[in-house]
Amino acid sequence: MSIQKISEEGLKTWVAGLIEKSAVYGIQAKGDKFDFAPLDDAQKLRLDYDVSNIPPKKYFQPAGEELVRFDEQGFKSVVDAEPFILLGVHPYDVAAIAQMDKLFALGNKDTHYLTRRQNATIIACDVQNASKNVFAGCLGFAAVDKGFDILLTKISDGYLVDSRTEKGNELCRSLAAAAASEKDLAERAEIQQRNKELLQKHALKADPQQIAAGLEKGYDNPIWEEKAALCFSCGSCNLVCPTCYCFDVQDDMNWDMKSGVRSRSWDGCMLENFATVAGDHNFRKNKADRYRHRYYRKGLYVPQKIDEISCVGCGRCITACVSHIAHPVEVFNRITEDAR
Amino acid sequence: MSNNGNKSIYLPENATVLKNRPMTRTEAYFEFKLDSGSELGHMPGQFAEISVPGIGEAPISVSSSPTAGGSFEMVVRKAGNVTAALHAVAEGQKIGVRGPFGTSFPVETEMKGKDILFICGGIGLVPLRSAINYVLDKRGNYGNVTILSGTKTPAERLFTDELEKWQERQDVTLLESVDTADEGWKGNTGVITTLIPKVTIDPANTVTLICGPPIMYKFVLLELMKIPVDFQNVYVSLERHMKCGVGKCGHCQINGLYACQDGPVFRYADIAKVREAI
Repeated sequence: MSIQKISEEGLKTWVAGLIEKSAVYGIQAKGDKFDFAPLDDAQKLRLDYDVSNIPPKKYFQPAGEELVRFDEQGFKSVVDAEPFILLGVHPYDVAAIAQMDKLFALGNKDTHYLTRRQNATIIACDVQNASKNVFAGCLGFAAVDKGFDILLTKISDGYLVDSRTEKGNELCRSLAAAAASEKDLAERAEIQQRNKELLQKHALKADPQQIAAGLEKGYDNPIWEEKAALCFSCGSCNLVCPTCYCFDVQDDMNWDMKSGVRSRSWDGCMLENFATVAGDHNFRKNKADRYRHRYYRKGLYVPQKIDEISCVGCGRCITACVSHIAHPVEVFNRITEDAR
Repeated sequence: MSNNGNKSIYLPENATVLKNRPMTRTEAYFEFKLDSGSELGHMPGQFAEISVPGIGEAPISVSSSPTAGGSFEMVVRKAGNVTAALHAVAEGQKIGVRGPFGTSFPVETEMKGKDILFICGGIGLVPLRSAINYVLDKRGNYGNVTILSGTKTPAERLFTDELEKWQERQDVTLLESVDTADEGWKGNTGVITTLIPKVTIDPANTVTLICGPPIMYKFVLLELMKIPVDFQNVYVSLERHMKCGVGKCGHCQINGLYACQDGPVFRYADIAKVREAI
């Protein structure tokens, strides 16, 4: 489908129509910050947001989700298959979702994640306001060309609507829009180019390609101890990270003491007992070991599996960390410098 | 994107507890049978996730050899919520099973035609018993078989009747030791590494399998280096918390490796430089 252009009012009318037809989770204000939440009113949509508190991963891997139910007869799958629209996803989060798609399908396919993902239509939007700690531009995630169904870009006199998939085209049928002009497209290209500069609140000095090689040499770098000395092991960096997906599994028994549910919930490798086994043996007892593990996952272990750095530069961990030690750019700069 | 239809990859299948018998103060022996009638389909060294509904799931290594067929056996140490609940499950009751998962000892490949040295520390005997019985059931496929087994005290010895049978066999060398003897103990005393110099090993023709508590590996490996054994021919089974068993949850990671997928059985030469491994 060719790229369309609509006015801001036209966009709101279109979104109001989507809300009538489908479950829509959209970006909206939460106090003086922003978050994704069920959208019941197109007026509440805030595509001018800087960053959401919690990444949109929560719609594919909820903070808590049932996996199976059991009773005296045995176990049954619980797979959530409700279609929904996710509206207002920034490019760095689109990139993170694309990474999760690969990881949850790698080897054993995770039914729960993949079913939600299949049922989702992602409407992305180019960034209008940079958050204070974003560095997606350094890592190549300030703009994306895939991983979404529709991409919205705010230009001087409205929005450009770029549908790339059948699901996107289906939603665009109700769009009262005209084809975008060459000038509009040039403006979009300029915005996306500008965002590459704008979304660099922290400057990565190394080429992202060098990070893995730096980490290969950086296992004993003093930075792990230095940073981790201030770590509270609170796991905030894990919770706000769009590419953290580790989970815990717990059973809950119903009052009849016969039936119940098995659910998974977000877990974090920075939490003290993440690697503890029976008999209280903790394979990552030291804070520095846990701190290092997280950066190695982002910069080396996951890239070894999906061939892409697993930090998208959203900057949420920098903002969330009360000790100011979560800082991928500082860590990667130091590691690559020291590796030289 | 295919996704197993509507079947959760975390869906256990029903199994029945055929036997639940205490073995030591903390270990119990279990025999399970899948209600589907199928065999578990494991190879020695693999594990399965055992569910006690309402309590949770725990990764447990399979102790029987697949050559035994039919049901499968496990030995469970009472160490946490799930294992304590499992100890309390009555014979005839249902549990859940997912698996088998992970890598196995190379009984049909690298081990074939070779002398085999088993080094079992404490409940490390449990997964190694699967490989030992596999080798003994196909005895002609292997050379000399040497089993070194150590426990803290005589009271912690597992499968004592089988140890006796292995002791009696002419085609098996079994050496046992306990860290601390009691009055009735007539055998070797000392940690398991003290048994290694007592056996003759042809390093060029021997495959060594090791399983024991986390602390044991480096001392055993140091002792094997003195022979010296080529670490290409050494396999270790490592313990981690394999919570999901399918390479997703992250709990069992050993640096970039997943113990549930890349392990639990590793060729030691492959992980000698993996810092979190041993």
